[in-house]
Amino acid sequence: MITAGCDIGSLTSKGVIMENGRIKAAAVISSTSNPQSSAEKVMNLAVEKAGMAMDDIDVCVGTGYGRDRIPFVQDTASEIVCHGTGARWLVPGAMTVIDIGGQDCKVIRLDAGGQVEKFITNDKCASGTGRFLEVMARVLGVSLDELGTFSAGTMSPITFASTCTVWAQADVIRHLNDGHPLEDIGAGINSAMANRVSMLVSGSKPRPEICMTGGVSKNRGVVQTLEKLLGSRIHLPRRADPQLAGAIGAALLAQKNGRGGAN
Amino acid sequence: MISAGCDVGSLTAKGLLLNESGIVASEVIPVSGRPARAALEVMNLVLKSAGLSMKDITHLVGTGYGRKRIDFAHSIESEITCHGMGAWWGDHSIRTIIDIGGQDAKAIRVNHEGEVERYVYNDKCASGTGRFLEIMAEALEVPLDGMASEEEKSTRDVHISSQCVIFAESEVISLVNEGVPVPDIIKGLHGAMAARATALARSIGIEERITFSGGVARNGGVLRGLEESLGTSLVRTGSNPQLNGALGGALIGARKCGVHVKPPRMMKEEHGTVQAGH
Repeated sequence: MITAGCDIGSLTSKGVIMENGRIKAAAVISSTSNPQSSAEKVMNLAVEKAGMAMDDIDVCVGTGYGRDRIPFVQDTASEIVCHGTGARWLVPGAMTVIDIGGQDCKVIRLDAGGQVEKFITNDKCASGTGRFLEVMARVLGVSLDELGTFSAGTMSPITFASTCTVWAQADVIRHLNDGHPLEDIGAGINSAMANRVSMLVSGSKPRPEICMTGGVSKNRGVVQTLEKLLGSRIHLPRRADPQLAGAIGAALLAQKNGRGGAN
Repeated sequence: MISAGCDVGSLTAKGLLLNESGIVASEVIPVSGRPARAALEVMNLVLKSAGLSMKDITHLVGTGYGRKRIDFAHSIESEITCHGMGAWWGDHSIRTIIDIGGQDAKAIRVNHEGEVERYVYNDKCASGTGRFLEIMAEALEVPLDGMASEEEKSTRDVHISSQCVIFAESEVISLVNEGVPVPDIIKGLHGAMAARATALARSIGIEERITFSGGVARNGGVLRGLEESLGTSLVRTGSNPQLNGALGGALIGARKCGVHVKPPRMMKEEHGTVQAGH
């Protein structure tokens, strides 16, 4: 059975094609202002990579904020359910999922069967989301990948007094003007990010194993500090790009729920 | 007696001189560099315009976030105490003060003598502070001082859904790209700002009458928004709301010298020279 998951986020759109529980192909693009065209674009790309046609897909499930405007899906599912399902597939023992995307942060607790037990999200404040890191990387003049290499363990990170992205940005500029090394400021930014996320995680009473998905899980500095703050190891996905968790979850749900025959 | 208030904020420093019969002189300058220097600069400026020197001051009260750096102050008072007193002095019917500065927002409730009863303060989140409007003005390429007059051209209501400055900035840019007229967006931003301030004030319980102070109070659009969301008209004391902190400091300084300076309106009434419109 061939299933697909289509995750239309506010910043990126993701498409995954799975065959009998294995990933055949995946694609990630920047979202356009029109969710429908984003969905068509990303799925066409994934289908092309898999050497298939759209007709070959038995069932496709949509998720993400633009899920209700994807024309070709048979079903939709909430982001929380898809991210939980995707994370459990990526890290099989995961009981707590920390997913940090470009504009939000979710903490999801799963039960033994992989069902969502409870969740907390922050999408009101840029601090603690990928957006915080993007703003800071731009001020520092480094890429997001480079920012991730500034780790609290190896340098003396600067402590940021403000949580707010706007105030922290002003602090970064001041530290740069004062001549502080880029690495120390960068490590401080990653620690500030981890601090903010740890507050949300602690509020959800996390249980091991803890795993992290979403783009920010690629930032080693954040992950290491977060491990220290939570006093627990954080498992990272190895089977696929951590950004794909939602789309993978959607494709898995498509397989589980079937419905393909009807179409 | 000459009392003085010196209010060193994060963006501007304010100095004000008071004698038995009212305000003698006041000055506002931008803070560049150290608070201690800005304090001295603004006091020298205000003394010069009054034709006085530092030794003529009987009592100088320092306030604002840089207050601990004002080494020539006789005493220091919190911003809250000074803002409360300064605003109440302009009109004794005032019980609630909403103050929005460049980097903070506060709501203060005072009693019938201008003393603080309750207050709430936000300096953790840029949303709801003057910084919010500064960033939006930059994004819209409209001068900050021109925001209120731009709003007057608005013909349609636009709701800004993001509270966070960072997210609201993106929202504003996409609204511009969608072709939404800038005056409509500005009106939406002023409304969002007013809603934040109203929520802050409600958390300590609003008592009428209400006044609006701080740098953002110069923006007539936010004032309009506040009157709309509070459902009541605000007291306009006629004084520059930016000077409330320094004024409050000088009033407290005068009280320390045993002098209770009466507000201009009350003096006029006593002397029987109430002007038309008062």
